[in-house]
Amino acid sequence: MEKPQIDIKYVAALARLEIRPEQAERLQNDLQNIVEYINELGELDLTGVEPTAHAAALSNVWREDEAGTPFDRDRMLANAPALMNGDLIRVPQVLPGEGMN
Amino acid sequence: MAELNLVNRPIHELAAGLAAKEFSAAELVAAYADRVAAKDGEIKAFLKLDREQALKAAEAADARRAAGKPLSDYDGIPVGIKDCIVAEGETCSCASKILAPVKSPYDSTAVARLRAQGFIPFGRLNMDEFAMGSSCENSAFQKTANPCDVSRVPGGSSGGSAACVAASFAPAALGSDTGGSIRQPAAFCGIVGLKPTYGRVSRYGLVAFASSLDQIGPMTHDALDAGILLDAIAGGDPMDSTSLPNPAGGFADAVRNSSGSLKGMKIGLPKEYFTGSGLASGVETITQQAIEKVRSLGAELVEVSLPHTRYAVAVYYIIATAEASANLARFDGIRYGDRKEGRDLVDTYFKTRGEGFGDEVKRRILLGTYVLSSGYYDAYYLRAQKVRTLIRRDFEEAYKRCDLMLTPVTPTVAFKFGEKTSDPLQMYLSDIFTIALNLSGNCGISVPAGRDPETGMPVGIQFLAPALDEARLLQVTDTFMR
Repeated sequence: MEKPQIDIKYVAALARLEIRPEQAERLQNDLQNIVEYINELGELDLTGVEPTAHAAALSNVWREDEAGTPFDRDRMLANAPALMNGDLIRVPQVLPGEGMN
Repeated sequence: MAELNLVNRPIHELAAGLAAKEFSAAELVAAYADRVAAKDGEIKAFLKLDREQALKAAEAADARRAAGKPLSDYDGIPVGIKDCIVAEGETCSCASKILAPVKSPYDSTAVARLRAQGFIPFGRLNMDEFAMGSSCENSAFQKTANPCDVSRVPGGSSGGSAACVAASFAPAALGSDTGGSIRQPAAFCGIVGLKPTYGRVSRYGLVAFASSLDQIGPMTHDALDAGILLDAIAGGDPMDSTSLPNPAGGFADAVRNSSGSLKGMKIGLPKEYFTGSGLASGVETITQQAIEKVRSLGAELVEVSLPHTRYAVAVYYIIATAEASANLARFDGIRYGDRKEGRDLVDTYFKTRGEGFGDEVKRRILLGTYVLSSGYYDAYYLRAQKVRTLIRRDFEEAYKRCDLMLTPVTPTVAFKFGEKTSDPLQMYLSDIFTIALNLSGNCGISVPAGRDPETGMPVGIQFLAPALDEARLLQVTDTFMR
């Protein structure tokens, strides 16, 4: 089978993953080798075979829609990389335009 | 108190020592912590160990025991915890830079259930980053050494947990197994590693790698300890809708009451795991000796077939990476974890993830993203899910002819550092004997079977059983190890 061609920059962009230029070639090679290997699944006839999404044969696991004990707000905020006014998570600017503080 | 011997001591012996007042929990925990302080500089199993906190918990256990109200027979016994199984107030880095600053605000169900019996969560154990790897070399922080030969890897991804038990830094540890991550390091380090049935143990608080495959399990010196820990952690959990509601318990009693014979037991030998599977000669020798041993213990051996075994690695690396690429999308530097500020929000995502994840994690996120991407979903992900059905059916067919199966765990003994890092595909292929089990959802256990004549390294064998048959799996393990 022909070696698959993968556009590593495109895939990395989908994954929101910065790849250093010196990494790109090696990762692309690794990926192409792995995909070449997994292409062997193409030789199986899977007509009529149902997919398995999950090992446990459970369905419709419901619970009562009740309010539970929430996590402590301060402890959750303590893990945030940046705060604003002490109790809001500061995020980088989302929309282009004038900077805000 | 006489010198406290910690080497290869199982939980049940220590529990007897506590009950007989041979030593206190505080003395026990202090002795383990001293041992870690003296020897872990070389092994590097622990990412973190808070001695004072563990001692405080041990003193509380001693006070309960003195008052005649211990939480269980095991109150005050330390258990090492893999760093992806969260415990309140503790780091849960998953050996990744991206989660290095995070402290868990809650207990995983497994840890909460250990605490409820008085077990003391003892330190945070090293692993391959986000459980992706077979050697612990993918940790962002340190390389754990195999206590049997420090020039060799302990296996992975639960390499820190396996090394912790093998080095007697704690009597037992919890690991997690997505494609063999409990069983392979257990085999490499010469201990027992149980992957319970999918859903037996709640995944609440287990940082997700591949949600349809991940399972927490015990890593111990013997079958009885595996039963004791499984008794503690197994059972349905409202916080994990994939946990099984089936009654769980009595595993330790099953081992205690085991007949000590394998008479009447049919043990299958899947031929695909033996012929042309690239077994190293030492592993083959020990496996053949194990087969003879189960025969001499009374088991009837039957050849069975798992015909789709050769596709298992391909199926696994599609399904596991697809699930991982989705699960790891949450690590974006916004709400928690390490953030690398960029020009704007999207640039921050790229930088945070680009700098926060190591090479193997990147490789798997990229592969998972690729197989799920538009135009490829049917060819890879859907196709892999269908072959997963065939693999599952292979096991169902095989269990019509036998009660359990016996197989190798790994093609080779523990390899040297750096031996397999250059070719990721070769590293993936070494998972061949362990990954089909995760795809099937059944349970399996890695059991020490002897030493490789050439290197002296431990060799494990694997018993596989149908879903929910852990009690029998542990009984057979106990009989085999006696």
